[in-house]
Amino acid sequence: MISIEIDGKQIEVEEETTILNAANALDIKIPTLCYNELIEPYAVCRICVVEVIRRKRTRLVTACNYPLRESVKVRTNSERVLKLRRMNLELLMARAPAAKIIQEMAAEMGLETTRFPIENPKESCILCGLCVQMCQDVVGAYAIGFADRGSKREVSTPYERTPETCILCGACAQVCPTGHIRMTDAEERIIHSKLSLGPNAAITIPFRQAIPNVPRIHAEHCIHFKTGECMLCSKVCPKDCIHYDDKDEIEEFEIGAVIVATGFDDFDPTPMKQLGYGRYPNILTGAEFEQMNNAGSPTGGKIVMENGEEPRSVAILHCIGSRDENYHKYCSRVCCMYALKFAHLVKEKSNAEVYQLYVDMRAFGKGYEEFYQRILDEGVNVIRGKGTEIVPNRSGAGDGALLVRCEDTLIGKFREIPVDMVVLCSALEARSDATDLARKLNISAGADGWFIESHPKLGPVSTTTEGIYLAGVCQGPKDIPDTVAQGSAAAAQAMKMLAQGQILMDAAYAEIAEEFCSGCRICNGLCPYNAISFDETKKVSNVNSAMCKACGTCVAACPTGAIAARHFTDEQIYAQIEGILV
Amino acid sequence: MAKPKLAIYWAAACGGCDIAILDIEAKILDVADFFDVVFWPCAMDFKYADVEAMEDKSITLTLFNGAIRSDENFHIAKLLRQKSVVLCAFGSCAADGGIPSLANLFTLDSILDYVYLQAPSLDNPGKTIPQPTTKVPEGEITIPRLWNTVRTLEQVVDVDYLIPGCPPQSDQIAAVVDAVIDILKNGKPLPPKGTVLGATEKSCCDECPRERNIKKITKFIRPYEIIAEPNLCLMEQGIVCLGPATRSGCGAKCVKAGMPCRGCYGKPINVRDQGAKMISALASVIDSTDPEEIDKIIATVADPVGTFYRFTLADSFLRRAQV
Repeated sequence: MISIEIDGKQIEVEEETTILNAANALDIKIPTLCYNELIEPYAVCRICVVEVIRRKRTRLVTACNYPLRESVKVRTNSERVLKLRRMNLELLMARAPAAKIIQEMAAEMGLETTRFPIENPKESCILCGLCVQMCQDVVGAYAIGFADRGSKREVSTPYERTPETCILCGACAQVCPTGHIRMTDAEERIIHSKLSLGPNAAITIPFRQAIPNVPRIHAEHCIHFKTGECMLCSKVCPKDCIHYDDKDEIEEFEIGAVIVATGFDDFDPTPMKQLGYGRYPNILTGAEFEQMNNAGSPTGGKIVMENGEEPRSVAILHCIGSRDENYHKYCSRVCCMYALKFAHLVKEKSNAEVYQLYVDMRAFGKGYEEFYQRILDEGVNVIRGKGTEIVPNRSGAGDGALLVRCEDTLIGKFREIPVDMVVLCSALEARSDATDLARKLNISAGADGWFIESHPKLGPVSTTTEGIYLAGVCQGPKDIPDTVAQGSAAAAQAMKMLAQGQILMDAAYAEIAEEFCSGCRICNGLCPYNAISFDETKKVSNVNSAMCKACGTCVAACPTGAIAARHFTDEQIYAQIEGILV
Repeated sequence: MAKPKLAIYWAAACGGCDIAILDIEAKILDVADFFDVVFWPCAMDFKYADVEAMEDKSITLTLFNGAIRSDENFHIAKLLRQKSVVLCAFGSCAADGGIPSLANLFTLDSILDYVYLQAPSLDNPGKTIPQPTTKVPEGEITIPRLWNTVRTLEQVVDVDYLIPGCPPQSDQIAAVVDAVIDILKNGKPLPPKGTVLGATEKSCCDECPRERNIKKITKFIRPYEIIAEPNLCLMEQGIVCLGPATRSGCGAKCVKAGMPCRGCYGKPINVRDQGAKMISALASVIDSTDPEEIDKIIATVADPVGTFYRFTLADSFLRRAQV
């Protein structure tokens, strides 16, 4: 440890600590421009210049890369330092007059203009080389470098073409202190993720309430998994939590009950060509609109269009894919109410006009009808008619870039409503893998893919398989209160079973009389509940009576009549037939 | 003490059952030694009048093979029932109707018409069809009238025991003979009436050495169409094998020789209708959920009734076709 003095304050630091870091530890701010803690300092901008007094000799050095090796005094804002810093800034102002940050720093230092000649008023690159270092040392892509020399020196890609080695990571743009490098796509629009809601990072916390609430790396976006370099996240993590070698693992658990709560998929309105979803800008699904409204969204919860402006009018279209012969015949049940909520949000957050296009307003729950009334009082335009077509508003008439066509069934007229933004209340649909899951769990899924409960009135939570319970939309469209209620019920049912440690079985189940079973194995593949197993040593099949649901499939199939369904034996059925006939 | 009396009769059958009895080899000497054979038309010369002259219940054991297809069969069945202590339906025809009962798919007239007038190998210029009574110079002669419906022995008279098989296997016959001698000699109790003798209680699969797995059938094939895998369940190879729905006891001789079980040992103990059970079992393992494809797969079964009811039509729920 060595003892140094910065602007009259004492501090003990490790040898080789830079002046900049020592000053930071003392909360003394030294201005920097080309310094980035993740990259070896290159000391190009020379803004961080300070005075070092060593054995009565004074030297001007750059704080970012000066390693402390003995006891010295440092002055960060002496007259000499400030003069030189101003001079350096003037030089930078002449070099990169378009760089906003330099102008701001100059203003802070009391500079208005530069005395040096400006060659290119649009220039914003200060040739600090952070981007080049980033691309070569961190990313390992070697896609950009310095070209030419002297006054012609510039940062460039080879032959000024898009280099093949560029992995489009955007790290150069990220690290550029002056904003000289920007990411654009081929159409010269600034790159957005889906919906222009902001960039996707390669390391994110999946969503705000994620459990566990920790970030994870998306290998498909991570530089390290493309070039083997970078690993900046592990450098900055103070707890050594980043493990690039971690792999997905399959773990096995012994469990006593299963609660299926796999939720739903959002209906994708892309196939409904007439609605222009995915073709015209500012047409969102309900889920996308909801995401934008979240305070944690890249728009900060503001309702804005792709160009960043507030919409002047918003149309909300009900029953997209629901109650529709061509897609789903069922009512998705939640859309009417969230559509009304959206209308309320738009009214609250913006001055936009709102149009609700509904088929039937189903405000059926506690407080719902009152909410509907409130929306009407807020001045939302409610139109009874399905939005049938969305096209660009080429005439430019009215407040909107899009035209929503509909039949207003209450006035009996076709209408064209100009709006800036459209929200499609798309249907809830069963997850695409619902039938696979149903097969795995030996539960049933209906024609629409929703899992079937054991009884529509008396068993709304349980399934035909003992110990497997349903919660939420995977069983059918429902809103949050209903989902919470069903989830709680499912948890209670599971707890009841687990606490008892035993289950009550139906008295009717299939039995195999071992003495008559010849092990032909015809029944083996038939059981929809996987209750039949084959005993390789005895060469007979067995029915697990706890899993059997007495469906009788194996009973009918057993060619030797060795399988009998308790309470439905052949003798009993013959007796019943005789009873009817005689 | 007089020897126990034995009668063996041959009704609507091929004669194989009588041969099978002789096939017990040296054991036939025990039979001859222990029993007094009072009636065995196939082997010795007896007249029906001899039997009619016997006292009721004077025959200890009657082995009756063949189905009941004519007035003569019926008459002798009744006669032997009257004269015997124990009447045993011997072989598939007596027990289940056997091959002759496949005639129940047709009417008697259509059978006579085909056999005497239509069959391509015929030489019957006079178009003669046998008549129950015929006048000849010497007077009127009669032959037994054929029935429209072939019946099992049990359907016409009270039967004590059944010995299945087409024919019953010699080792099983020998075992039954031993058991009967043992019972009669040592005064042991008889098995309960209706017991199936000379067979065991599982299905043919129990004796089949072939490897069995979960079955998924995509097409039915007939044995001549492939060279079957020697160690794999024939049904899994698409061959309709009635083994699963056939009583065990034969030793699975056919399947061991590479031919599918045809079901001659009849229904297993817990099954009422062998053919229906087999159809139900096969239908369960057809590997498709598409109704059209299923129809196509089912259509590949050649001669369903003849396949599934080859030996049991008379005894089945079907009994005969409504024609």
